[in-house]
Amino acid sequence: MNILVCIKRVPMTGSRIRLTEDEQMIDTKNLRFWMSPHEECALEEAVRIAKARTDAGEECITKVLTLGPADAADQLKHGMAMGIQDGILIETDGSDWDPMATSKALVEAIEAEKAAGVEYDLILFGNESADSGGFQVGMRVAHKLGMPAVTGIKDLEFADGKAIAKRETTAGFDIYEVPLPAIVAVKEGLNLPRYPSVPGRLKAKRKKIPTMTLENRPGGPDKVRLKNPPATEIQTEMLGEGAAAASRIVDILEELGAI
Amino acid sequence: MILGIIEHSEGQVSKLSLEMLHFGRGLAASTGKPLNAVIIGADAGSLVGQIADHGVDTVYTIEDARLTDYAPDAWAQAVAGMVGSHSPEAVIACGSEIGNEIMARIGARLDLPMAANALEVETGENYSMTRVRWGGSLLEEATLTASTKLLTVAQHAFEPAETGSGMPKVEAVSADINDADLVVRVVNRIVPEQDGISLTDAPIVVSGGRGVGSADGFASIVELAGMVGGAVGCSRAVTNNGWRPHSDQVGQTGARVAPNLYIACGISGASQHISGCAGSKAILVINNDKEAPILAKADYAVIGDLHEVVPAVIAEIKKRKG
Ligand SMILES: Cc1cc2nc3c(=O)[nH]c(=O)nc-3n(C[C@H](O)[C@H](O)[C@H](O)COP(=O)(O)OP(=O)(O)OC[C@H]3O[C@@H](n4cnc5c(N)ncnc54)[C@H](O)[C@@H]3O)c2cc1C
Ligand SMILES: Nc1ncnc2c1ncn2[C@@H]1O[C@H](COP(=O)(O)O)[C@@H](O)[C@H]1O
Repeated sequence: MNILVCIKRVPMTGSRIRLTEDEQMIDTKNLRFWMSPHEECALEEAVRIAKARTDAGEECITKVLTLGPADAADQLKHGMAMGIQDGILIETDGSDWDPMATSKALVEAIEAEKAAGVEYDLILFGNESADSGGFQVGMRVAHKLGMPAVTGIKDLEFADGKAIAKRETTAGFDIYEVPLPAIVAVKEGLNLPRYPSVPGRLKAKRKKIPTMTLENRPGGPDKVRLKNPPATEIQTEMLGEGAAAASRIVDILEELGAI
Repeated sequence: MILGIIEHSEGQVSKLSLEMLHFGRGLAASTGKPLNAVIIGADAGSLVGQIADHGVDTVYTIEDARLTDYAPDAWAQAVAGMVGSHSPEAVIACGSEIGNEIMARIGARLDLPMAANALEVETGENYSMTRVRWGGSLLEEATLTASTKLLTVAQHAFEPAETGSGMPKVEAVSADINDADLVVRVVNRIVPEQDGISLTDAPIVVSGGRGVGSADGFASIVELAGMVGGAVGCSRAVTNNGWRPHSDQVGQTGARVAPNLYIACGISGASQHISGCAGSKAILVINNDKEAPILAKADYAVIGDLHEVVPAVIAEIKKRKG
């Protein structure tokens, strides 16, 4: 089975988000970069599926693809350190591409892979990117490639050339069966992603990452500016220190009718 | 017209759909166009009564037997067809998993932009809007330029509200669906036995973070939640360590909760966690660091070791109950 995972480099923000002066980006001075937790689970799932199949004698190709600045190679290397075989970078100048432009570029890269003889049975996406949360890049890629797609997946198995995918709902789980090749957008909770081993990281460090540049063809929505949500002033009532505060806490629970 | 897509399951229109209609009324008022709705499913007609009094002018029902099981591509195709035949000014849906995936698929089919999780819209030739980013920790002002604007409405930004508009007109519409649109569909549902109250419905959530220290450390949090008729929540640090299942996680990539009281024990207050509990009526923080960022969100705070405070609360409840 050949598996491609699409990830996006995003800053790891803390309790307060600072914006750049032009309000176009998060001020990333002093911030580390990562990817959405959903996408980290997608990487882990790809590594696990490929391992199980390779152990059973099947040949598998696994790759991780991103559209982002040159530094997004770090996130590709993280994927490779987890066990993904190769990375592909669509290099940008670091500006944010809208979901329509992003999906067109990803499709071009996937078609270039096909032209080079690599066809994917499974393309994994995160359910939504951590930063822009557009909830759509995977669906747009699926439509352009004519592949069936499911979203919000927290459990994935395979049988008879089909993916059996579970999505959590408020009532329980909805189950989908989709024929491969398919696109699956996953959510955190699918698995517990591994922490890359030192040998894994050394191996990934030495890997060359094929890089391409593609034209940005915006389609919208067009970002005007970012802003912080309005701050709400909260009066904090201090209930005391340590176990001595227990009685005050129970008063509050009583007022709520919880006891 | 403004066309709202009604989400429903097991014969029940979702509360989010009523929130979406409230938002849609605003669009209708500012554009001077009617708010209409579309209900898709074999039982669509029987659901119309549930959106009476919500300001909807006409409901289009698409009652195809092939739509008994939820099939997102078929839903998207049905609505995309209506965009062609009825040229709505905007199509709106809930900012739920289903609403977002349907709208993304409509956008893909029609090659139109789509904006997820809108909070505010200024209508006009183009829409100037504010939408949610980073799971709510950040907002984006954006412009949506398209013949038909596609957007979803951020959850819980609007309350369902009745207008006394009465029963809408009903018009049956057929959908041009083919087999390819039915490949992806729900083939089965699992509804597990509920043990206790669900995290998203609980009136009180007792939540633990890295400060709890271990899986065993959660014993007193679980006990307290049980005593107050609440549910257990946790931070991502906890699920990453395997101390609690991911279904307990609150935040951007976990559950969104809005209880009467959210008790945060040993949680620092990262924006991605806060975005999951910011809708709580009150937040009570138990943390041993008086500089913890979460204190800025606290209605009530206790500075101290949660492993002393939580058992003391349990003991006090037992004492008062006698
Ligand atoms: C894209 C993205 C999405 C994310 N989504 C989520 C999400 O959905 N949910 C989520 O929670 N996080 C999420 N995170 C992670 C988030 O950024 C934080 O890393 C995480 O919330 C930290 O968890 P914590 O507060 O338990 O741990 P920490 O930040 O380590 O805080 C532990 C706290 O416990 C206190 N403490 C320690 N010991 C005790 C004690 N004995 N008694 C009392 N207090 C004590 C400390 O003072 C500290 O305040 C996400 C991150 C990213 C990048
Ligand atoms: N720049 C990008 N490069 C690669 N994959 C991306 C990129 N942006 C989004 N994706 C993928 O598409 C998913 C949905 O993104 P979005 O539509 O922005 O919420 C993400 O979880 C990623 O898997």
